[in-house]
Amino acid sequence: MSGGDIAAIFQGAVVTVSLSLVGILIGLPIGLGLALVRWANVPIAAGIVTLYVSMLRATPLVTLLLLLFFALPNVGVPIGPISAAIVALVMNTSAFNCEVWRSALMNFPKDQYEAAQSVGMRAAQRFRRIVLPQIVRVSLPGLVNEMSLLIKVTPVLAVVGVVDITRAAVRIGSETYEPLPPFLVAVALYAPIVFALVSLQRWIERRQVAAEAAA
Amino acid sequence: MIHDFGIVWSERALLLSGLANTTILSTLSAAAALVLGFVLTPALMSKQRLVSSMARGFVDGMRCVPFLLFAYIVYYGFPSFGVRLDNWTSGLAALTIYNAAYMAEILRGAWAAQPREPIEAGVAFGFPEIRLFRRIILPPLLLSAGPVIGNQMIQIIKDSAFLTIIALPELTHAASSIQSRHYVPFAAFITAVFLYWGLCLVIEAGVSSIGRVAEARR
Repeated sequence: MSGGDIAAIFQGAVVTVSLSLVGILIGLPIGLGLALVRWANVPIAAGIVTLYVSMLRATPLVTLLLLLFFALPNVGVPIGPISAAIVALVMNTSAFNCEVWRSALMNFPKDQYEAAQSVGMRAAQRFRRIVLPQIVRVSLPGLVNEMSLLIKVTPVLAVVGVVDITRAAVRIGSETYEPLPPFLVAVALYAPIVFALVSLQRWIERRQVAAEAAA
Repeated sequence: MIHDFGIVWSERALLLSGLANTTILSTLSAAAALVLGFVLTPALMSKQRLVSSMARGFVDGMRCVPFLLFAYIVYYGFPSFGVRLDNWTSGLAALTIYNAAYMAEILRGAWAAQPREPIEAGVAFGFPEIRLFRRIILPPLLLSAGPVIGNQMIQIIKDSAFLTIIALPELTHAASSIQSRHYVPFAAFITAVFLYWGLCLVIEAGVSSIGRVAEARR
């Protein structure tokens, strides 16, 4: 394995990280939106969201990705590997994020909401000033956990030809007939990313426990 | 569109064998991972630093590696050590070893949260170790860990779809071979999605019935 090969795997890492970031950044607000639709019990839409979340949580990312990549061009929507990858990641992660947001919303104390109502705050104001800051704090560990899960499913994107860490490693392995070294480089790249997120999650949880104990 | 689903229907034998393979793979590896998890959990909680840190290293290591990469390592990397496995064996081994780490962590959490009193009472009554484990520790442990183990089983089903890349004939592989043969991508993959959904709903139903049993025993 040459230096150029290692550089190729690092280039894959850039792709993995940027696709994950895009997926996370788009998936977070969509998940929140879906959770709000369910929380507010919007007629019909809430039912559709419930079905959507239940189905996407059960669908493996590979299957979803293949579906998008092959079926969308078939109905006249041209889609490349990168956009198919982003859409699949966003659909997948928004369903999981929705559940995290929703459980925070369900546990939100009703009296605070009613108090805000009684001092004359409008719905948007109530949400932005009272609800959002608190549910963000409660949801944070779950959302970070979901981010680490998202990074762990990104190797699947290679199936439609996205050259990420795993794809680069596989290609080098098949060129040099020594698959183990590039795989180990790949592990050495994934592990710190995921470990950093897991540690972040534990740190947030510990800090919140400490804050509660102090209160 | 209806015609496309007709084609998928005519290939139902292939799809059903994929579904059966996915079910077999997930069930076998979930059971094996659970057993391995039970072996690993005492090691995680061991008072001997060497044992517990080795178990901790394995569990944390697995949780930081993407499953697909791990499957590749087992299938393509192990032959470098002289271990050559076919796709079924390496698929099963990868699913089992990978998920054993998660199961061990789940069981450790549930074990640590168990009340101490019944176990101490069991010791006081003179239960021998194996019987103490089987009759006093195990039943409440499984009941309280049930929902999380159920979630992990859903995760295993979804992970098994990744094994399509080592040409294991599971559900996604079946759907993709139907799509490449007849060019009916939407019908083939959406059918697979519905079948996965059905599998997961079965597990969720099982989990909620375990939950009812646990509730009734309380």
